[in-house]
Amino acid sequence: MAARETPEVSAGSMADIAFLLLIFFLVTTTMDVDSGIVRKLPPPLPPDMPKPPEVIKRNVYQVLINSSDKLLINKKPGSLADLRRDVKEFLTPHFPDNPNFPETKVEDIDFIGTYNKSKGIVSMQNDRGTSYSTYIYVQNELAAAVRELRDELAKQYFGMDFKTLLETDKDKAKAIQKAIPMAISEAEPANFGGNQ
Amino acid sequence: MGKFRKDGKKGLPPISTASLPDIIFMLLFFFMVATVMREVTLVVSVKSPEASEVQKLEDKSLVSFVYIGKPTKALKAKWGESDRIQLNDAFAEVEEIQSYIYEKVEKIAEYKRKKHIVSMKVDEEAKMGLVTDVKQELRKANALKINYSTRKIVAK
Repeated sequence: MAARETPEVSAGSMADIAFLLLIFFLVTTTMDVDSGIVRKLPPPLPPDMPKPPEVIKRNVYQVLINSSDKLLINKKPGSLADLRRDVKEFLTPHFPDNPNFPETKVEDIDFIGTYNKSKGIVSMQNDRGTSYSTYIYVQNELAAAVRELRDELAKQYFGMDFKTLLETDKDKAKAIQKAIPMAISEAEPANFGGNQ
Repeated sequence: MGKFRKDGKKGLPPISTASLPDIIFMLLFFFMVATVMREVTLVVSVKSPEASEVQKLEDKSLVSFVYIGKPTKALKAKWGESDRIQLNDAFAEVEEIQSYIYEKVEKIAEYKRKKHIVSMKVDEEAKMGLVTDVKQELRKANALKINYSTRKIVAK
């Protein structure tokens, strides 16, 4: 019996080991994927910056949030519930020219052709005492308004919503983005609601 | 006719457990892949607000986190009730954000630095004052891509 074979290793405890690891990962797992609203901050201002050009009043949709989470839209009290609808209406290009809505500009865009682009800008400003949840709510509504407009345009021209378009054809999605830019600007915060 | 022999004495054969490890391994791999390990212990309590227009954070190695919220219950006695910033594992002041960001960016490979993104995990009851201060510091540190961490709700 010179060439004795090595005895087989028992695999019976494999299940136990696997179970142990499984339970460890089960316990440590957090399933939530981090997600959130993506925004870009403006770069820091150089001290010798020239004054920015005046923006025509009718092109700006001003949203102010005060320290008790109330809205002031174009100097009139506004409601949180109607915000999305109103912003959407404001950013929809109105042609022929309508003095109650922002100016439009004819632009040549690939895949779309000539398009009457709205010059409207949404400007939001908040107070130091505004609650974060209201701020996010407003940010979300503004983003949703732009997203809905993009969806409509994408449906009209390419027959699918913007998200699907972004996954299938990046160039066409870029054309949509060009036609309806994310025209949301954030003003430097003010302190118009008392001290916090 | 012995083919259909009835043998009353024989019970059910035992079920083979040989494939059990395989099944367990399958589950194990699923959880290993799906797991996100928590890197920091929170010293502030954060309950994210809800939003529908969200994007996922793709690459974890490119993300730095800034937490803002009230100190957790155990730390309330020492640190008070007002909103605070947490960087890494400890409370921090607004002035520390710039160096924190530089430190984080340094760790990212140079060609990927442009993709660096700051995830702000802010409690929904926090006030914008502190958040604004943090945003101004981030601008100074040239960390311009930010992500307001939210829980996803389905769009209406």
